[in-house]
Amino acid sequence: MKFKWPVLSVLFVIATVLAGCDNRLLVLDPKGPQAATQAKDIMLSIGIMSFIVIAVFALLAFMLTKYRASKQPKDYEPPHIEGNAIVEAICVGIPILIVAYLSFVSVQSNYKVEARPEGYGDKEPLVVYASSSNWKWHFSYPEEGIETVNYLYIPTDRPLEFKLYSYGPITSFWIPQLGGQKYAMSDMVTTLHLAADEPGEYMGRNANFSGKGFAENTFDVTAMPQDEFDDWVKEVKKTAKPLTEEKFNDLLEPGHLGKSTYTGTHLDFSPAPEGHHHGSSDESGKSNEHSEHDSMDDMHSEHESMQH
Amino acid sequence: MDFFDRFAIPHASPAIYASMVAIVLTSVAIVAGLTYFKKWGYLWREWLTTVDHKRIGIMYLLSALLMLFRGGVDAIMMRAQLAAPESKLLDAQHYNEIFTTHGVVMILFMAMPFIIGFMNFVVPLQIGARDVAFPRLNAISFWLFFMGAMLFNISFVVGGSPDAGWTSYFPLAGNEFSESVGTNYYMIAIQIAGIGTLMTGINFMTTILKMRAPGMTLMKMPMFTWSSLITNAIIVFAFPVLTVLLAMGTMDRLFGTQFFTTENGGMDMLWANFFWVWGHPEVYILILPAFGIYSQVISTFARRNLYGYKSMVWSMVIISLLSFLVWVHHFFTMGQGALANSIFSITTMAIAVPTGVKIFNWLLTLWKGKIVITTPMLYSMLFIPLFTIGGVTGVMLGMSAADYQYHNTMFLVAHFHMVIIPGVVFAMLAGLTFYWPKMFGFMLNERIGKLTAWIIAISTLVAFMPMFFTGLDGQARRMYTYSEATGFGPLNMISFVGALGLAAGFVLLVYNVYYSTRYASRDISADPWDARTLEWATHTPVPSYNFAVEPQVSSEEPLWDAKKNGHELFKGEYKEIHMPNNSGVPFIMSSIFFVWGFSFVFSLWIPLILATIGIFACMTHRSFEKDHGHHISVKEIEETEEKLRGA
Repeated sequence: MKFKWPVLSVLFVIATVLAGCDNRLLVLDPKGPQAATQAKDIMLSIGIMSFIVIAVFALLAFMLTKYRASKQPKDYEPPHIEGNAIVEAICVGIPILIVAYLSFVSVQSNYKVEARPEGYGDKEPLVVYASSSNWKWHFSYPEEGIETVNYLYIPTDRPLEFKLYSYGPITSFWIPQLGGQKYAMSDMVTTLHLAADEPGEYMGRNANFSGKGFAENTFDVTAMPQDEFDDWVKEVKKTAKPLTEEKFNDLLEPGHLGKSTYTGTHLDFSPAPEGHHHGSSDESGKSNEHSEHDSMDDMHSEHESMQH
Repeated sequence: MDFFDRFAIPHASPAIYASMVAIVLTSVAIVAGLTYFKKWGYLWREWLTTVDHKRIGIMYLLSALLMLFRGGVDAIMMRAQLAAPESKLLDAQHYNEIFTTHGVVMILFMAMPFIIGFMNFVVPLQIGARDVAFPRLNAISFWLFFMGAMLFNISFVVGGSPDAGWTSYFPLAGNEFSESVGTNYYMIAIQIAGIGTLMTGINFMTTILKMRAPGMTLMKMPMFTWSSLITNAIIVFAFPVLTVLLAMGTMDRLFGTQFFTTENGGMDMLWANFFWVWGHPEVYILILPAFGIYSQVISTFARRNLYGYKSMVWSMVIISLLSFLVWVHHFFTMGQGALANSIFSITTMAIAVPTGVKIFNWLLTLWKGKIVITTPMLYSMLFIPLFTIGGVTGVMLGMSAADYQYHNTMFLVAHFHMVIIPGVVFAMLAGLTFYWPKMFGFMLNERIGKLTAWIIAISTLVAFMPMFFTGLDGQARRMYTYSEATGFGPLNMISFVGALGLAAGFVLLVYNVYYSTRYASRDISADPWDARTLEWATHTPVPSYNFAVEPQVSSEEPLWDAKKNGHELFKGEYKEIHMPNNSGVPFIMSSIFFVWGFSFVFSLWIPLILATIGIFACMTHRSFEKDHGHHISVKEIEETEEKLRGA
């Protein structure tokens, strides 16, 4: 029995710490619907799992106290017990019920986080192309025709659709308080649906190890009401310099850069690898060309309408 | 001079120079010691050329312990670097190399040889066999593993260590982003060791299926043997994937193929998929034999038969099948969509069911038992609660939507350490203490042993529980530093204290070996724990032929039957025993493999071709060799048995 106490007290401390600081932990302090879904799942699973942990601890403590050799008569001979169908059915049944319930929750949440967040009326999502290069993030706003490096301005109360890809190693785009991460890879575009409910400053980073400069591969996220966001876009269009191909290639050089802002996006001359999600090389070659044209056309038309 | 430049470390530091000096000095000391004590002949005859499964097992265990300390030093350096914000102890490149080698060394060169070492030592004894099915192949397996491990370990003093993580994801691990030879070492060294492991898989499956004592049907095999059988089946199915994967990676790096590159149709996610198609079963390769050891230990010290034998076996079979169906959970965030994630989320959580069954069966084995807390039992009793914490956080990670938040964070790191340390490492320490008397003829000190177990268990909690919190607070794994503003500092400091505690625990383990070697009584029986299975039915030390007479089995606890129910284990007279001969070829061939690997790493094509010829020459030699082993005469058996009984 004596050695249950350290374990139990550690558990107690953990529980207290968890209760005390769950508002401070970023993931459990969501500021958007996707992060809220995830935080809810996390708290739910912590609850159920604590129940299992406590049950196992209790059973173990009971067995160890009751059936210690020191508590048994000297001549006690433990019986031979093969097993019991009912007991074993319970041991299988309870975990199956728990797992089934969690699976049910998990599947629902999967479809939630993989879809455009609901509850924002018919507002069109803001599309942002977020691409990483060693060790920076480039954010292109094709509709607005602007691009930023290492910082992200977003409007609140509007769905956000991030198109992720990478100029280099696999990275993972993550803003813990708005929602979980997703990979950015060099040969395809992945989509992450987020939304922010409250204005504020959030931490964003690459979560997937990508070499020497990985630790500092972060970006700042500022969420603000739509009208402030519109003002910012206007301001940028007035003051920022255009992003040329030459300038962009400089930006791609490995290293860390501060924040910077441009008009125009690199999507014009270095389009995202959209349109080929699957394998064989000649197929992907073709679709690559295809998508290149597509996105070029798209961009042009958008730009014509955007540029004054 | 250009030729020698390639062997320089691209990234030198005083620590690395110090280890270079240490390596040279240790090597000189070993060579001088062997010469001074005239032990070269002994070393060659008794160890380097041995095909005896017991000695090979012990060599595996020694290598594993050695690697435990190598990987442990890496761990301490990492935790020291992260103990405070913006620490300058290590720079990014050095830190990246260290966490990469920590992962590879701990999984492939510590945990793997540890479990294979126990399989070697225990399985033939447990099934009443005289050796494994292919003794010489077994020696090749060991030496290939050993040479692979050594090749990997010289990387940090010759040419530079791999730095792309133990998962070595491309394109980061490709030439474009990882220019040093480090990742070549990863590809080639693991390849060499992996071939050895694959052979082990085939060898032990054959041994268990074909060489069991009369009466031992499959459903009467001891649980460790069952776990070994299933593990080796997983090895045979999973390791070829690794072999192919590493070959493709090698070709990308050295021969300009484009399997995983960012251009010309290369697919970086293909590496991730293949890696985990091997990598996830690998996790169960480690954990199942650990479960086997716990089953043996818990049943022995609860003084009861294992509860629910059949469900134990079936749960392992189901785990082994499911282990091949969950690999996508290592990258739920790759963008494969809600449907694929849902499927893999369910299969992942389903593994909790058979695992839970095992936990309950162990708990029920304690029920109505007569529990004696010895060191191995203490490890097992500490394993249950700690592993449960690790296990349930695994279920949490299995919920794919939530995993978007856990993925790549310290939460994940905390989870797998809480699974692997209580699951595998505790089992290895329990097994080491449990089988130590059978291996070396004396027992490890129980007081020091129990203290060690407590220190290691508490330190594990102190080191890894804080990571659950920093993970949820946004600390990504593999970050070499963080700013003070993040607030990760205090919890990381606690982790560091835990890491120091773990180090202290392992040092105490070594002290225990030293202390017990000096002071422990040599006068112990062949069955000091009052155990239940065949490995305790033979003498200590175990004679080379294991059992003078083939044992007869009628239940899964033959020795217990013999002790309590009057079952007659050994019927019949001594007969001549046919045993395999020692051979130097496995050692020589594996040494050539080392040269082959080294040449490959540095693209030295002429030595590579010569080494390849040498390897084939060894195989040709074997093909034409007429070696039918030797026979131990009845008289010799009688003498040995007489002596061992007297002792």
